[in-house]
Amino acid sequence: MGKKLLMKGNEALAEAAIRAGVKGYFGYPITPQSELLEYMATNLDSRGGVFVQAESEVAAINMVYGASGTGVRVMTSTSSPGFSLMQEGISYMACAELPCLLVNVVRGGPGLGTIQPSQGDYFQAVKGGGHGDYKLIVLAPNSVQEMADFVYLGFDLTDKYRNPVLILTDGALGQMMESVEFPEYNPEEHLVDHSSWTTVGRENGREQHYITSLHLLSEKMEEINIHLQDKYKTIQKNETRFESIMTEDADILIVAFGLSSRSSQKALELAREQGLKVGILRPITLFPFPSDELKRLANSVKGILVVEMNAGQMVEDVRLSVGSNIPVDFYGRMGGMIPQPDEIVQKIKDLSKQVKI
Amino acid sequence: MNEELIVAGFGGQGVLSMGMTLAYAGMVEDKYVAWIPSYGPEMRGGTANCTVIVSDTNVSSPIISSYDTAIVLNQPSLEKFEPKVKPGGILIYESNNVLNPPTRKDIDIYAIPAAIEAAKLGNKKTMNMIILGAFLAKRPLVSVKSIMEGLSKVLPERNHHLLPVNKKALKHGMELIK
Amino acid sequence: METTREGIVCNNLDQMDVVFDRTEVLHDTPTSYCPGCSHSVVHRLIMEVIDELGILENTIGVAPVGCSVFAYHFMNVDMQQAAHGRATAVATGIKRVLPDKIVFSYQGDGDLAAIGTAETIHTINRGENIVMIFINNGIYGMTGGQMAPTTLEGDVTSTTPHGRDVHIQGHAIKITEMIAIMDGAYYVTRQAVNSAKTVRKCKKAIKQAFQYQIDGKGGTSYVEVVSNCPSGWKMTPIEANKKIDEEVLGYYPLGDLKTPPKGA
Repeated sequence: MGKKLLMKGNEALAEAAIRAGVKGYFGYPITPQSELLEYMATNLDSRGGVFVQAESEVAAINMVYGASGTGVRVMTSTSSPGFSLMQEGISYMACAELPCLLVNVVRGGPGLGTIQPSQGDYFQAVKGGGHGDYKLIVLAPNSVQEMADFVYLGFDLTDKYRNPVLILTDGALGQMMESVEFPEYNPEEHLVDHSSWTTVGRENGREQHYITSLHLLSEKMEEINIHLQDKYKTIQKNETRFESIMTEDADILIVAFGLSSRSSQKALELAREQGLKVGILRPITLFPFPSDELKRLANSVKGILVVEMNAGQMVEDVRLSVGSNIPVDFYGRMGGMIPQPDEIVQKIKDLSKQVKI
Repeated sequence: MNEELIVAGFGGQGVLSMGMTLAYAGMVEDKYVAWIPSYGPEMRGGTANCTVIVSDTNVSSPIISSYDTAIVLNQPSLEKFEPKVKPGGILIYESNNVLNPPTRKDIDIYAIPAAIEAAKLGNKKTMNMIILGAFLAKRPLVSVKSIMEGLSKVLPERNHHLLPVNKKALKHGMELIK
Repeated sequence: METTREGIVCNNLDQMDVVFDRTEVLHDTPTSYCPGCSHSVVHRLIMEVIDELGILENTIGVAPVGCSVFAYHFMNVDMQQAAHGRATAVATGIKRVLPDKIVFSYQGDGDLAAIGTAETIHTINRGENIVMIFINNGIYGMTGGQMAPTTLEGDVTSTTPHGRDVHIQGHAIKITEMIAIMDGAYYVTRQAVNSAKTVRKCKKAIKQAFQYQIDGKGGTSYVEVVSNCPSGWKMTPIEANKKIDEEVLGYYPLGDLKTPPKGA
């Protein structure tokens, strides 16, 4: 590990990406992710990559598409309205199996919404987002350190599976400062040989490579879909990640990701002080979702409380995972509001009463 | 040690940089730190506040509902955060910017006329360092040396000639509260 | 005794000089374009230019949505298929990470001058050192003959059944004229392929555009090709080529709109 630095989450994302060998960054300004864009503008050109400020998020994601087709590490970052605009391009990339790292520093919506933090983009992050059947690998950091760590992980995963990887974070994690250490990481040791499919010119007269997501024959298009679904199953099997906090003796299980998992952690401390046995399951990958671990924990806890910064999105995946045998309660704040630890403690108490603890 | 602190005031009063300096100083001393801002709708003149946590152990949440210490630099911030100080906690306020002083009896309250004191030092912008000095006199979380190291990170290099006057302000603040 | 396709009787084909052949840079496959369509001609011209300039091993093409979406089935170069309107954004991405490669886009009027107008303008505004080939046939061929941004006033399409009324549907857009005034544009020309003479001139212009990119002197090289769409226009190829001369070129006159400064 290197030296400890105090950085904003957005800056840590950018610095980690440069250290991970990103060769192209294409983006468009939008609050609250602009620090990432600005960091790239200041630093990337002198550290081995190119920075382009695109004319729109639509152009940015298509620049990523083009650059990715040459086999180098590429990325973009945006915030919710911009992420909505990028969906078409992301769908194309998922189908054409182009690697890239996407960052969505989520803000409150719908519409122009607010510039304050939110988790309202859960659905469009984990359910595909654009048209057609596809999945992104979605990583949800909950600290500035993880913002950095997941950039390296994200590039490794996107190269390994030839599938876009999304870091889903929010305005508060993007803007807050914590200490961060960048691990030793030599991109050369992690690069995957993509030369069998990249479009860089027919070197030495080799056969043509082309990148497309268009297959007018339905039989062919179904074949591609089956291949993609098989890939997602492999990812589900190999890449599911989560963190368990004091779950083994817990009566009440909180399920929360990203920033709301931090509020929940404080709530856990406060609740434990009052004798309530609370644990947390924090999904780190939102796709693949840790359904099996949830199913296992549902056998030992008496009630589940899902805490999110939205109207209740991940709670649907929790309910799908555990079925109807256990009460699943939800607490959410919206529009840029963050669930406060004391509010969560109150919900824990309410749920405890309901399940007669 | 785990100090959870809110700094609040108008944009332009040095609220965010005061918090950031403290966070840097904490990191210099190998403590766990977090700094999280919240802006008003305008970059200057609107309300601005930041939460700072300096701890010997990992910071569970940067989002907190109540504070060990509130440092408030204007009336709206006082009204918002006085009720959120934990019983036994500290409230420090800039008395030139507050018409109706705080009323709670279960916390320690200190009024610092930092704006006037800063003007006396010849640089009104050192107001935030005077307040920070006063806070550190009550809660010696980090050393003056670490604060200065932090400030040298927060201040752009072109303003490093202001480091000595800021140090003077910091020490002045420490004496004011005694 | 053998008979050639042209019906000329000759004694021994093997001993004849080959005066015309398909470039190897074109796939040996029938195109899916309609008979008489300009696309086939322009495809051939670009591939011949790539062959003649010896840049096959360095060239990457981008074809977005439109009739030419399957261009990679005919152009035997590395290619990327782009979303509708985004060809030059994709080309920008390629060129920026591989600045030594040769990158071209091949776009229709709907792509370049309607849905992709922002990308078109900003790619050229950045002066991306790429070649843009613009096939302007004044109609949406792929989707079945709807109005294009370049459909002429009065022309009947499936979405202008009473003819394009400029008060309702706006004017045929003069995007090439707009591009020609931009600082980022290096070479802007309008060509056609409706006669042997215009085909020859068009090839020269395309070759010039690629040469400018190779020279890397900066700026975007842009070739508009006023094209036909016999199926969309509901005409025979001969009638369609005649319409170009009689109607289209009056509104979209041929020639260079911007050339590099002398000595550049």
